[in-house]
Amino acid sequence: MRRSGIASFVLWICLTILTLLPVWWMLVVSMRPRVKLYSKSVLIDNLYWDNFLAVLNSSTFLQYLWNSMVVATSNAALVCALGLLAAFGLSRYKISGGDNVFFWLITNRMAPPAVFLLPLFLLFTKWFVFGDFMLFDTKIGLILLYCVFNLPFAIWLLKGMLDGIPLELDEAARVDGATTGQVLSHVILPLARPGLAVTFILTWIFAWNEYLFAATLTSSADARTVTTALAEYVSVTGTNWGEMAAMAFLTTLPALVVLGFVQKHIVTGLTFGALKG
Amino acid sequence: MRQSNIGWLFLTPATLILFVVGFIPFIYILYVGFFDWNTNAVDPTLRWAGLQNYRNLVFDTTFLNSLARTLVFAFFVVVSELLLGYVLARALMADRLWGRQFFRTIHTLPIVVAPIAVGATWRLLCVPGFGIVPYYLKLWFGIDYNISTNAYHAFGTAIIMDLWHWTPFVTLSLMAGLTALPKEPLEQAQIDGGNKLQIFWYVIVPMLKPVLLTTVFIRLMDALRSVDEIWMLTKGGPAEATRFIGLHIWINVFPKTDYGYGAAMSLLTLYVTIVLSWLLFVAMTGRKGGAQ
Repeated sequence: MRRSGIASFVLWICLTILTLLPVWWMLVVSMRPRVKLYSKSVLIDNLYWDNFLAVLNSSTFLQYLWNSMVVATSNAALVCALGLLAAFGLSRYKISGGDNVFFWLITNRMAPPAVFLLPLFLLFTKWFVFGDFMLFDTKIGLILLYCVFNLPFAIWLLKGMLDGIPLELDEAARVDGATTGQVLSHVILPLARPGLAVTFILTWIFAWNEYLFAATLTSSADARTVTTALAEYVSVTGTNWGEMAAMAFLTTLPALVVLGFVQKHIVTGLTFGALKG
Repeated sequence: MRQSNIGWLFLTPATLILFVVGFIPFIYILYVGFFDWNTNAVDPTLRWAGLQNYRNLVFDTTFLNSLARTLVFAFFVVVSELLLGYVLARALMADRLWGRQFFRTIHTLPIVVAPIAVGATWRLLCVPGFGIVPYYLKLWFGIDYNISTNAYHAFGTAIIMDLWHWTPFVTLSLMAGLTALPKEPLEQAQIDGGNKLQIFWYVIVPMLKPVLLTTVFIRLMDALRSVDEIWMLTKGGPAEATRFIGLHIWINVFPKTDYGYGAAMSLLTLYVTIVLSWLLFVAMTGRKGGAQ
């Protein structure tokens, strides 16, 4: 017993090193001046912040960071609200063809994103144009668009969650004279809160990390996101590795912070209806 | 369960949004697939082509190779992540493990890194002449590792990168599933004298089925559609060694503006994805008894 405990501990140390190596190397490279870039040492040799300062001093990067924040947060909130309603409908009512609707909702996540790029581009530039306003290159456009992959995911997670809440609780509340709205807000919502939190965080991270749609459907600092900044940076500057690493690190940081909040609840949130079994 | 149309009321907002950003584009793609349309061609308008795009597709070796390559990639990735994820989930749940919370936190970390940043980071690690991986492989083992000339190295690196990024997700959802398992059947099986393998195969796997299915679904879909990571790592090269289907479509639709053909490719890919998911679904829930 004792020996296997030590063995698995050692194994986990190795695994941790493997997991951290890419992120660590990114940090190491971001802290190297140009002349030292080709050093093969894996240690941080001195604290050199110029790469970070160069990235942070460019006004567009901060603007992109803000855009990402707005888009990811609004999208996650929207997706959670709509996802909860839809999951409630699917879980608590017998809808004719409900399974088919559910499957269709999920298929939206299956398509290669490249499939949607062209029609969405046209949709955003030609069809949804109201006077001077068009969805192309707006944050609202991206917020709606990210529903394509986030909403199916949210519905899936939340449906599993709601299926796990006993139906008797609803019935009891109804016997006491609660309306459907009250059941949703006073019975379901409090019980689904951990699941909702996990859904919010995961969809937030997916939205924050999205690249292809953002790159195609935005064109100016009004709506471009950090991931596009990173990709642009790589193609424009080629091998300015130090600043690229700094930028990659800054892109990742907010998501890491967000993850920190839900670390403990993430496993309970990811049950996907396993409770019902 | 209440039999009522009120249920639809709750579904409407979500359905409406997905109808606009998901279904309308899909119909449009269906439509464009029947046309010859390249905005950079001599004739930039839509010309009716009937099934010609699809006919070309069947003989397009670049496309078919790319599709096959993607399937091989997805197969390797999903199977290894499932095995690895299960082992890690069990290991993380072992009571004896000291510092469990710490390891769990570290292990979750890759999930949140943006694919584009993952690609950039692995490029920093692996690019010949700069990265530490080729340098130390040469120094310690004498291996000439070069992702920009050797197709196998590039493909292998793409798989390892995906394992690094997504195994944690599998681990987490399997942990969630394992935690929720009822204890009695397991104890009963032990009392009845089942060995570890039997308990795993006849007790744990059937009970874990819904979670396994969901996890495999999500990973399969994402593995078949990944673009950003591989674009940052190798740009699909060397030659076409890592040009997976999502990237192949993207290259045809955007830089080449071959819209009609791109639409046909997209549809066929989507079709393959759905059929695969369906087969998987049937294989896992259908014949082989168990929970049903």
